[in-house]
Amino acid sequence: MTTVDTATPRHAAAPVPRKRKRRIGPISLSALTWVIAILFVFPLIWMVLTSFKQEADAYTDPPKLVFGPTLDQFAGVIDRGFLPYLANSAFVTVLVVLIVLIFAIPAAYALSIAPVKGTTNALGFFLSTKMLPIVAAIIPLYVISQNLKLLDNVWALVILYTSMNLPLAIWMMRSFFLEVPTEMMEAARVDGANLPTLLYKIILPVVAPGIAATALICVIFSWTEFFYAVNLTAARAGTVPVFLVGFITSEGLYWAQLAAAALLASLPVMIVGWIAQNHLVRGLSMGAVK
Amino acid sequence: MAEVVYADASRVYPGAHQVRAVDRLDLTVPDGEFLVLVGPSGSGKSTALRMCAGLEDVDEGAIRIGEREVTDLPPKDRDIAMVFQSYALYPHMTVADNMAFALRLRKMGKEEISTKVKEAAAMLDLTKYLDRKPKALSGGQRQRVAMGRAIVREPSVFLMDEPLSNLDAKLRVETRANIAQLQQRLGTTTIYVTHDQVEAMTMGDRVAVLKDGVLQQCASPRELYDRPANVFVAGFIGSPAMNLGTHPVTEAGVTLSGLTVPVPRGRLGGLSEVTFGVRPEALDLVSDGGFELSVKLVEELGADAYVHGELADGEKMVVRVDGRNPPRLGDQVRVGLRDTEEVHLFHPETGLRIP
Repeated sequence: MTTVDTATPRHAAAPVPRKRKRRIGPISLSALTWVIAILFVFPLIWMVLTSFKQEADAYTDPPKLVFGPTLDQFAGVIDRGFLPYLANSAFVTVLVVLIVLIFAIPAAYALSIAPVKGTTNALGFFLSTKMLPIVAAIIPLYVISQNLKLLDNVWALVILYTSMNLPLAIWMMRSFFLEVPTEMMEAARVDGANLPTLLYKIILPVVAPGIAATALICVIFSWTEFFYAVNLTAARAGTVPVFLVGFITSEGLYWAQLAAAALLASLPVMIVGWIAQNHLVRGLSMGAVK
Repeated sequence: MAEVVYADASRVYPGAHQVRAVDRLDLTVPDGEFLVLVGPSGSGKSTALRMCAGLEDVDEGAIRIGEREVTDLPPKDRDIAMVFQSYALYPHMTVADNMAFALRLRKMGKEEISTKVKEAAAMLDLTKYLDRKPKALSGGQRQRVAMGRAIVREPSVFLMDEPLSNLDAKLRVETRANIAQLQQRLGTTTIYVTHDQVEAMTMGDRVAVLKDGVLQQCASPRELYDRPANVFVAGFIGSPAMNLGTHPVTEAGVTLSGLTVPVPRGRLGGLSEVTFGVRPEALDLVSDGGFELSVKLVEELGADAYVHGELADGEKMVVRVDGRNPPRLGDQVRVGLRDTEEVHLFHPETGLRIP
């Protein structure tokens, strides 16, 4: 207790120091944090190190920590035709994120701020589409793609990834929309805003961090999706994850080159994540109310 | 500048149990008046205000602002400005942009907007903060931005929904005075919702008391205090509340725990009982006469003290006494009326004032 008994100033003796509660000290706590963080990052560090090694150095036991770094593996990756795969992935990802946001934002608005009839059912339906294990759908999807002549076609992936991301994006966007203060939207209406103005000038800027988060999730998903990509595409429409498996060959593994390819594959997502982070940390509606 | 008329306006929430949130509100706010809507929570005061703003449907009756019927117009076409309890500032805009938003939507010229925003900012002492975002402002400053956003629009009517309830006590008193002054200076018709009856009494030209969606009385603060129209208003206005109790009527007047207060029989119209109300400040300690009160609680406020006690029959009563020498807990004191004119009589069943 920190209250001071003003009624009895005579007893104002020297304050007794309060006993410190036994807690994990800040130093050991941050040490623990670092250990865990490094544990998680270790495979990535390993990948980065390996990617700069010669193939021979990548195999040694114990692992070589001191080696002459080289960019040979990156050149090798490019030579093996990495760029078309990268282009496919980029095309699919950008398009999927755009389409998802174009549909998810109005859908989320209609399910939160101005809820339509049957909102709960719609939400349940969206969620239910995520309950099917994706393996269960692969045979019908394969047949349909074949019939539509969409095998080994990036558009097949665009359609699939959009439909897989959309439910999640709607749910996410909805929860962000629900946090938009009602009075702020009413204030905008009183100020003279019609629906488009309200949406573009008020709601979207306020939920921008939510949009960034949703977009990031879609980027990560589309960039790393492997199962459909490997089953529905081949040389022409293959994405980066499909390219990576190409290193697991019957002649053996090319560790260093695989690491270099993996590093190149993860860089775009890391960059996007880093950009999105700046938007994510901003409080959602800080300062709007109270 | 315009008067606001609620013509039997109702807001009915449909459903199995229809709720008449605002029930046939008939109220005229003359041009330039500061009208306060006051009532306990759920009384429909905010709903009534939002009906005027166009944020709530008017299910029956009509609302007029000036000469125009606005019942079915959207908020933006009503020429009103509203200040919300949460301030509802746009967090991604600077103070200047917050204030300019409505003007930009009206396609007003840049120069003119800038002039108006600066004027309003100067009036509200916000000039220094024009480039800040709301999150970098204190509560009081945010409140002023919300006011500024309303002022720059130069609307016919200001609507304010408990704009002070998020401020701390000291700032609230200060801002209360500022808003009242500002309204006088601008002369804009204002409807102000509050649950705080001190705000209601100090700010309003007139005060409208609502309960369960029904207007109880609309009058000047003095009139409300001196001549409450019914038991509810009597109990709601004044702090601490008026002492109210139902007591038998005798030949000589109303008998209150041994004390008979003379009331002309003619006034009572043959009632055998009457609801008798007397404010704590109309009572005082007396050395003899009066009635006996056992003291259960003494609230000392400095200049005054409020003695909470019980009559012999268990009825509770509050008496305002001099703060210098209040009775102590457990004392038996005698209480008398300062003035027999300062009693309020209400019909025991209808609760209406007996004139």
